[in-house]
Amino acid sequence: MTADGRNDPTGHQSSGPATPETGVGELSDPDVLGHAAPSVDIAGGEDEMAMLGQWKLMWIRFKRHRLAMVGVVLVAFFYFLAIFAEFLSPQSPHDYNRHYPYAPPQRLHLFLRDGDQLRFRPHVYGYTSTVDPASFRRTFAIDDDQIIPVRLLPQGPEYRMWNLIPMSRRLFGPVEPGAPMFLLGADRLGRDLLTRIVYGARVSMTIGLVGVAFSLIIGIIMGGISGYFGGVADNIIQRTIEFLQSIPQIPLWMGLAAAIPQGTDPLLVYFLITVILSVLGWTGLARVVRGRFYSLKTEDFVIAARVDGCSSLRIIMRHMVPSFLSHIIATVTLAVPTMIIAETSLSFLGLGLRPPVVSWGVLLQAAQSVQVIANFPWLLLPGLGVFFAVLGFNFLGDGLRDAADPYATG
Amino acid sequence: MTSESQQPQQPEATGPNGNRKPLLSVRNLKMHFPVVKGLMRRTVGYTKAVDDVSFDVYPGETYGLVGESGCGKTSIGRCITRILEPTAGTILYDQGDGRPVDIANLRNRDMRPYRSELRMIFQDPFSSLNPRLPVLEIIGEVLKVNGIADGAELEARVRDMLRKVGLRAEYLRRYPHAFSGGERQRIGVARALASNPKLVVCDEAVSALDVSIQAQTINLLQDLQDEFDLTYVFVAHDLSVVEHISDRIGVMYVGKLVETGTVDDVFSRPRHPYTEALLSAVPKADPALRDAGKRIRLPGEVADPSDPPPGCYFHPRCAYAKERCRTEEPQMREIAPGHSAKCHFAHELDLKGVVAAETASR
Ligand SMILES: Nc1ncnc2c1ncn2[C@@H]1O[C@H](COP(=O)(O)OP(=O)(O)OP(=O)(O)O)[C@@H](O)[C@H]1O
Ligand code: SF4
Ligand SMILES: [Mg+2]
Repeated sequence: MTADGRNDPTGHQSSGPATPETGVGELSDPDVLGHAAPSVDIAGGEDEMAMLGQWKLMWIRFKRHRLAMVGVVLVAFFYFLAIFAEFLSPQSPHDYNRHYPYAPPQRLHLFLRDGDQLRFRPHVYGYTSTVDPASFRRTFAIDDDQIIPVRLLPQGPEYRMWNLIPMSRRLFGPVEPGAPMFLLGADRLGRDLLTRIVYGARVSMTIGLVGVAFSLIIGIIMGGISGYFGGVADNIIQRTIEFLQSIPQIPLWMGLAAAIPQGTDPLLVYFLITVILSVLGWTGLARVVRGRFYSLKTEDFVIAARVDGCSSLRIIMRHMVPSFLSHIIATVTLAVPTMIIAETSLSFLGLGLRPPVVSWGVLLQAAQSVQVIANFPWLLLPGLGVFFAVLGFNFLGDGLRDAADPYATG
Repeated sequence: MTSESQQPQQPEATGPNGNRKPLLSVRNLKMHFPVVKGLMRRTVGYTKAVDDVSFDVYPGETYGLVGESGCGKTSIGRCITRILEPTAGTILYDQGDGRPVDIANLRNRDMRPYRSELRMIFQDPFSSLNPRLPVLEIIGEVLKVNGIADGAELEARVRDMLRKVGLRAEYLRRYPHAFSGGERQRIGVARALASNPKLVVCDEAVSALDVSIQAQTINLLQDLQDEFDLTYVFVAHDLSVVEHISDRIGVMYVGKLVETGTVDDVFSRPRHPYTEALLSAVPKADPALRDAGKRIRLPGEVADPSDPPPGCYFHPRCAYAKERCRTEEPQMREIAPGHSAKCHFAHELDLKGVVAAETASR
């Protein structure tokens, strides 16, 4: 190309008034990787960097976000609990032990003193109960003399993993099946709170996801129509969103939840609750999607795709959606905790999920009176689950949002 | 505003190359944007971004469009590439078989066969390249969606194209963020030319670049024009750039073409007072000429295209305006062969141009 000098960009031109001849020779401008370069740098140098797509750039940025990594760990932990609840919990959530209502938490001890030797013998101490003559209430005290040996993978009653695979060993538990082991205490019926919190994670953590999934589907369709086609459809959808958003959330949720008849199948209740949460949830997402479509529609590279002759579908799927997918993921992540809290609140008020379904909100229902909280504070522990799950999602979402646009300048 | 004639305006008598047929023949083109107000989105008026514009572009030439910001240059370019759907008028495009097709009135779907022939180079090298696609896919998109090439053949063509615009062929797997502004604009040029187009609209194609890079890019565009026998519609607000690259130019003011002719004619002997004012602002290359003409400062603002003044749109700012200009809109008239202006007094006024020494020697 350059042999005959034809395409030497500084070649054979007589200089016009507007084209002073500078920057002779080298083709590449001095500011390679200059102002447009994403604000990440990696050890591999600019050559490798040059070939990184958006997801890799985002990952590099995301990894730098400390809190986001904490969020990942928290969220991953809770989903791990949710997925393997049967195996990870020491009991079945509906196993009760009428001898140990409101048994307080025990400490897990790893070593047992044997003479003057310490031996690795994990164990918990048992309880002695006394009945208060005034209130006739049974109170429990930890009794160091009763040693209940505990082990990994103990043999216990048969259960089915995911309702499918018959198993008889859980991750850990008392060596002797049925021996009292309540690491986080027991509830009114002597059910193990740890077990119930782990199972509660399954419902509470998925209800957020399912609710957000519903919201997302509605939000993307409505937002997409609104943003890409505009006009009358946009007008109608926007007014609907404004209407829905001006309804106070909690009373609407409560009203709708209260409309679910008492005897409804728990699974159906679960489904209906997610639908109720999504009734308002989609509006925020639709706004985000619409905003993105609107701003992208007039973006030069999208117009360039039209000049290329791309169809509407191809423009949307290939040139627009990838540009805001990461933002959507971030928004969705930040929407999950709202759903978790909403479910917890509704269930706590007795309007959401109902026993025998185990969710954190349902568990917290047991801690409604001051008296109960004062005497059996461990019943508040499911609230910690909510707290850390929400925190985890918020950290994660913040990190995702910050990493979502690796091409932002500055 | 309503005194315009609706019959088609006469095209210029001859092109720069004798009696060749125009490649693009724009007639009475209008692009009106509705101005909407309120909750019900009522249309309260129209922004007449392009209003009754006619001009021809001949094969192999560069037609420059100049004018202040907001006068409708981009809108014309976008009508030609059918990013916009013109409100009225025709754009006859000569496909080469003697049966011109009217691009202005094609449905979007029917426009597809011409997508690879009518291309566009954008102003902003940053926003015009999708940061999420590698160079190969950015340049190759037009080849792929129009069924011109695919797979290995597509890659070979993109490599070839990269070399032609002066970039290394190995760059094709890189993403736009790895390039500087000038290099990005070369990628934009490669994208526009990859499908072997006939006509390329360069919308301020160099305005966003550093001056030194501007020169390189303009030279590249000229070299590629020779090599591929391209026709350019070159939009710019910088007259000196337009002077350098164009064969003929059109001067626009508030949606109307007010003067058109060869660069030499328009620059040496402008026929419209607005052109004279624009030219007076061009920096003179020759120091001897610098004091020759005082820069004409136009009073007032550019007229609002949704509410233009009556008569000649330019009259509130025109130093030569007479009573007639306030009421009667001038028509585009040919003053000299191939040189037309839209001014009542185009014949009488003796307007100052710039001596276009460089262009004369071209
Ligand atoms: N999509 C649109 N909707 C409404 N009005 C528009 C649209 N595009 C352009 N306009 C208006 O049309 C007029 C002409 O705009 P245009 O972009 O064509 O001018 P221009 O000569 O290219 O200006 P510049 O030099 O600033 O690029 C302006 O008043 C602008 O506000
Ligand atoms: S018609 Fe009148 S106002 Fe318009 S440019 Fe000519 S002299 Fe000026
Ligand atoms: Mg423009």
